[in-house]
Amino acid sequence: MNRIVETRVLAPEVKYFRVEAPRVARKRRAGQFVIVRVTGNGERIPLSIADADPEAGWIALIVQGVGRTTRTLNRLEVGDAVHDLVGPLGMPSEIREYGTVVVVGGGIGTAVVFPTAVALAEAGNEVIGIIGGRSREFVILEDEMRAVCVDVYPTTDDGSYGYHGLVTDKLTELMVAGDRIDYVMAAGPVPMMRAVAEVTRPAGIDTVVSLNPIMVDGTGMCGGCRVSVGGETRFACVDGPEFDAHLVDFELLARRNASYGAFEFYRNEEFAADEPCRVDPPALR
Amino acid sequence: MGRDLSRRERLKLPRQDMEEQAPEARSVNFDEVNLGYTPEQAVAEAERCLLCAHPTCIEGCPVGIDIREFVRLVAAERFGDAADVIKRDNFLPAICGRVCPQEDQCEGACVLAKKYTPVAIGNLERFVADYERDHGGPLATPTLPETGKRVAIVGSGPAGLACAADLVRAGHDVTVFEALHELGGVLVYGIPEFRLPKEIVRAEVDQLADLGVRFETNAVIGMIETIDELLADDGYDAVFLGVGAGLPRFLGVPGENLIGVYSANEFLTRVNLMRAYAAGAETPLLDLYRKTVAVFGGGNTAMDAVRTARRLGAAPAKILYRRTEAEMPARSEEVAHAKAEGIDFETLVAPIELLGDDDGWLTGVGLQRMELGEPDESGRRRPQAIPGDEYEIAIDVAVVAIGNDPNPLIHKTAPDLAQTAWGTIVADPQTGRTSKVAVFAGGDIVTGGATVILAMGAGRRAAVSIDEYLETGVWQAESES
Repeated sequence: MNRIVETRVLAPEVKYFRVEAPRVARKRRAGQFVIVRVTGNGERIPLSIADADPEAGWIALIVQGVGRTTRTLNRLEVGDAVHDLVGPLGMPSEIREYGTVVVVGGGIGTAVVFPTAVALAEAGNEVIGIIGGRSREFVILEDEMRAVCVDVYPTTDDGSYGYHGLVTDKLTELMVAGDRIDYVMAAGPVPMMRAVAEVTRPAGIDTVVSLNPIMVDGTGMCGGCRVSVGGETRFACVDGPEFDAHLVDFELLARRNASYGAFEFYRNEEFAADEPCRVDPPALR
Repeated sequence: MGRDLSRRERLKLPRQDMEEQAPEARSVNFDEVNLGYTPEQAVAEAERCLLCAHPTCIEGCPVGIDIREFVRLVAAERFGDAADVIKRDNFLPAICGRVCPQEDQCEGACVLAKKYTPVAIGNLERFVADYERDHGGPLATPTLPETGKRVAIVGSGPAGLACAADLVRAGHDVTVFEALHELGGVLVYGIPEFRLPKEIVRAEVDQLADLGVRFETNAVIGMIETIDELLADDGYDAVFLGVGAGLPRFLGVPGENLIGVYSANEFLTRVNLMRAYAAGAETPLLDLYRKTVAVFGGGNTAMDAVRTARRLGAAPAKILYRRTEAEMPARSEEVAHAKAEGIDFETLVAPIELLGDDDGWLTGVGLQRMELGEPDESGRRRPQAIPGDEYEIAIDVAVVAIGNDPNPLIHKTAPDLAQTAWGTIVADPQTGRTSKVAVFAGGDIVTGGATVILAMGAGRRAAVSIDEYLETGVWQAESES
């Protein structure tokens, strides 16, 4: 059992947790993740390690409630515990002195890029943050990003806060303005990551994305998280989760992530009372 | 004591068949297929043993159980004593009695095998282990005085458990690290409930814990702790790597990333470890009810996967294999069980391409018909394509069960550990010693995908060598001495 020592709601259905995990807190490096089981017979879900304090012995996880497991997790409070967690897993972010780096986070993706932004800044890079959300309330970790970035540009789809537009619109603007950009790191919804890749590709800017495929064990044993990178099958859990954005087959990733859409939808019914149903039920296959 | 029977009388006794669930019943449940012997059956079977002066069966056992003695004790109805004899050499008999390929080992070596039917040693081992567990567990197993030496065992599969059992009884302080949340490795994520109930594995693991073995789940060595840290910082005197060959091979044909294509590891893990078969399961699995499920491969894992699919409603559930049934590496018992459960076998076919729809879902497979050519290195006749003989079949879900490559995780963090071109760890087959001082390895990570009992044998040989190293402190590869 790993005890929850702090919680904070960051956005609707997006919650910040500090969870006791002393060894993981000492070992983890930016870009790595843990696999959590919320209950004793629960599924195993991968979550990025957003932050950690090796002295105090906690790691931070930021959770968006989308399926039954994440929504169950989001109902936990200080003093509760997750059943178990394992990590750190995955390859750490490749931290070097690139020069000027733009870190792009879309929605919950900001929690994924934040620790890498910290590490890049510590390595002497000039880090610029672009953090997007549907509207103002969905832009997260702005203060934390400001603490390590030279500039942070919040963006919203509806213009309710910061730059009115997509994260890629802002990224394009920076590129057009002629600012030198040596490296881009992005995480967020698959369409967003794909869009970032398309924006930086013509300019030849090295770009990595942190992928979020379905996983089970997280140690390379099952191959459920396989992604196609440069035409080769790679396992996100042990070869990634970060890959060269210009080589990733995003369409395949999006499709595979939809494998259990119907299962998720129908088992989510117990949460239906919380939220009006906005979409038609997906067809069972 | 048992009955005093002459050799001729013993030869006339029929081999006792083990009761099993009827195929119609078992193909829709996950309960164990084989139901075990009654005490009467066990005694009747044990009486068939000729108690040979030179028991060849023992030579056929990878861990050298004193089979003649334990069978003699069963015939004498001394089941507890029989269990003690087995446990001198094998601390996991309820598991081995169920999953060992006895027909190739002890029973294959039984003198009766040539002209008659061999003594059902596996069934007897299973009976003795189950009897002991159901009747209050083992007598106190003797362990030697504490040595104060500490051993880290990486992986709680068959190699690691067997190694741990011997080392703890030799008086060492043993900790087993397991990456998953449950102990047993392939015994719990791979082998299905209907062949090896998880409760059995848990009971045998519990016995090790009772002896003093410490277990740490959710600990991925290589990530949370490197081998060097185990040795230098955590004060372990030796490390045994029994991490298995956990990197699934795929088919290497177009379309293998379509939705509906599983590795056997993923499919079996979802069902076994994560219990996707149970009502209210949290871990999803594609709906197999009345779907066509094709399993590629002809080994035990392929049989486990196809029989699992069957139990989840797949109809038809079929095996697609590139050689013929005679070359299948699966145990004949597993093949027979699968057939009785209505599994289709399509042999001499190889996949050329997996076909999908516009949304990326698997819809079928293009197959190449094969024929057998000359024998290859393994002695089996090599399958070769019949040019132009290709066809397609519609399938909804595919499970790829063509083996595993070694998991590269350990190497990534211990580059000084010598490995082969295939990624297996280089270790002396007799001692398990690797290229790294104080580090031993055994099981699938050394041999590539093999069997539970071979991994256990490797774990036990390594335990002898670890014990010797801990006592003498001398590290020298055999070739250098």
